[in-house]
Amino acid sequence: MTGDFAGEPAGVLAIGDHKFTSRLVIGTGGAANLDILERALTASGTELTTVAMRRADLGSGSGVLDLLRRLGIALLPNTAGCRTAAEAVLTAQLAREALGTDLVKLEVHADDRTLLPDPIETVDAAQQLADEGFTVLAYTNDDPVTALRLEEAGCAAVMPLGSPIGTGLGIRNPHNIELIVARASVPVILDAGIGTASDATLAMELGCDAVLLSTAVTRAQDPERMAAAMRAGVTAGRLAREAGRIPQRFWAQASSPPR
Amino acid sequence: MHIHVNGEARELPDDTTVAGVLAALEVPERGVAVAVDGVVVRRAEWPAAVVGDGAHVEILTAVQGG
Repeated sequence: MTGDFAGEPAGVLAIGDHKFTSRLVIGTGGAANLDILERALTASGTELTTVAMRRADLGSGSGVLDLLRRLGIALLPNTAGCRTAAEAVLTAQLAREALGTDLVKLEVHADDRTLLPDPIETVDAAQQLADEGFTVLAYTNDDPVTALRLEEAGCAAVMPLGSPIGTGLGIRNPHNIELIVARASVPVILDAGIGTASDATLAMELGCDAVLLSTAVTRAQDPERMAAAMRAGVTAGRLAREAGRIPQRFWAQASSPPR
Repeated sequence: MHIHVNGEARELPDDTTVAGVLAALEVPERGVAVAVDGVVVRRAEWPAAVVGDGAHVEILTAVQGG
């Protein structure tokens, strides 16, 4: 490990058969327009971004789809808005048909106010989709037990929330995230609740393999600049995790030799 | 025949196929998926899949989200 360190984290992020160099997944929701979105996506260095499936505006194409194809960014369709496993499975099937990808961000929300994931419907849908050959990335609570269940159901990645979607409250239970990381044998992606770059750094320091965020960038005052901050934050956190932090101590320990 | 497309009533000739519905409504075929009465119709089946009278057709595409 001498002489060849280029200041970038080692290794690639492998989700099923898909491989990524970037460890920052960006959601496209909330951007004021496609020009702002393009600049933010480019600054973030992301290689994978989420899209939602909705009724086509008859007679016109999909602007965001054209943009993502032009930028060469892989699509991660989500099942946002689904309340049941059956709805989520149908939405995933439609997404695979429309977009030609087996990747799906499975999210089944329990209610509109918290947008918290419904673990029972999510595990049910995960099982069905994995059996149908989907590469399932499952949005889940910061619950280590549900995370394991999702892995057993065949998910290619588990994505615990830091805090509810769009709140920017950061990671409310860091120890649970560490527990999920410690037991997972698939990638763990911190999804939802990121507010600023230090939250993304913390996620990576806790051992997450990647971070997924949307609102924190798209609704920032300067989305392009925040996207660059998130990219740097994820890189810093990953490097710190790889480097191995010092143990925390109660008393001071001199860093200069005694006189 | 009388069908519903994305919640809107439409009048189309009898025995119109899924591909015919998309053409009649000028929907670009790239990047869309179609469900008829809650069941996905695979792209390869569009030219032959006849839409029945009264069917509910959903045409979806990717939008900003997540």
